[in-house]
Amino acid sequence: MTTYEARIEVGHRPGILDPQGGVIERALPALGWANVSQVRVGKSIRLAVDAPDEDSARVQVEEMCRRLLANPVIEDFTVEIL
Amino acid sequence: MTTVGVVMFPGTNCEQDVAWAVKVLGGEPEMLWHADRSVGTADAVVIAGGFAHGDYLRTGAIARFSPVMDAVAEFARAGGPVVGICNGFQILCEAGLLAGALQKNAGLKFRCETVDLRVETTSTALTRKAERGQILRIPINHFEGNFVCDDGTLKGLQENDQIVLRYVDNPNGSLDDIAGICNEGRNVVGLMPHPERASEAILGSTDGAVLLRSLL
Repeated sequence: MTTYEARIEVGHRPGILDPQGGVIERALPALGWANVSQVRVGKSIRLAVDAPDEDSARVQVEEMCRRLLANPVIEDFTVEIL
Repeated sequence: MTTVGVVMFPGTNCEQDVAWAVKVLGGEPEMLWHADRSVGTADAVVIAGGFAHGDYLRTGAIARFSPVMDAVAEFARAGGPVVGICNGFQILCEAGLLAGALQKNAGLKFRCETVDLRVETTSTALTRKAERGQILRIPINHFEGNFVCDDGTLKGLQENDQIVLRYVDNPNGSLDDIAGICNEGRNVVGLMPHPERASEAILGSTDGAVLLRSLL
C-alpha cells in the first residue's frame, strides 16, 4: 500500500448558475481588470488515500466524488493524484 | 389522532415550530432524533428546516447518512407521507427521495419574506386539502432555494404533475418557478416555504395550515 495525495476540484456543471462567479466577474473591472471573463467558483478538497497503485487510488477518489463529494445534478469534478 | 414525526438533526432549528403547528392543528407531534433508527409510531414524517450537520459540504449532504434517514426512506417506500421543509427539502433531494437539487439563490441574496404560492396539484400528501390554483401567502427563509434539475427530469416533473407549488413572483431564480415538488408516488413532498410559520393568525397568515392539515 502506498499513500497517495489527491487534489479534487468540484465546480458547477456547465449551464448551472454560478452566482459567486458572476459577482466576482462584475467586481474585478472595478479594480481595473475589465479584461476578465468566465469566472467560476468551486471548491478544492485535499485528501490522502492508501491504495495499491495510482490507478486504484484514482478510481476510488472518483467514486467518492460521485457518491458524496460532488452532487452530480449540479456539480462536476476533476481528480488529480499528486 | 394523527402522530407526526418531526425529524431533527444537529443544526435543525425549526422543529419546535413544526411541532407547535401540528399540535395547534390537532395532531400529535413526536420528535425524532437523527440517531433514531425508526420513525416510531409516526403516521406522517416532517423533516424540519435549519442547517442539518451545519450544511457542511453541501446543504443536506451529510444528513442523509444519519440513521433516521434509512427509516424515513423505508417509511416513504411503504407509502408513508414524508414532507421536507426548506433544509428538509434539500435533504430529501440529497437522499435521492426527490429529484433535482437546490442551488444558491440567483443574485446571491438570502430571501426572508412572505411570498405568494400557487397550489398546482392537490393530489399529494401535503396539498390534498387545498384547492388547485389556490394562492397561499407563506414565508420563505433561505439562501439555497433555487431548484434545478436537468431537462429530462423537469419534463418528467411537469408531465407527471409533480410540481406541487409554484412561486407567483419567483424570488430565487428557481427553475420553472418551482417552490415544491413531489415524488412519483406523491407521498414525498419537498418545499422551500415554511407552512409552520403561517399556521396561526398571530403569525400574520394562516395559509400554511391547509398544507399541514393535509397530513392529519
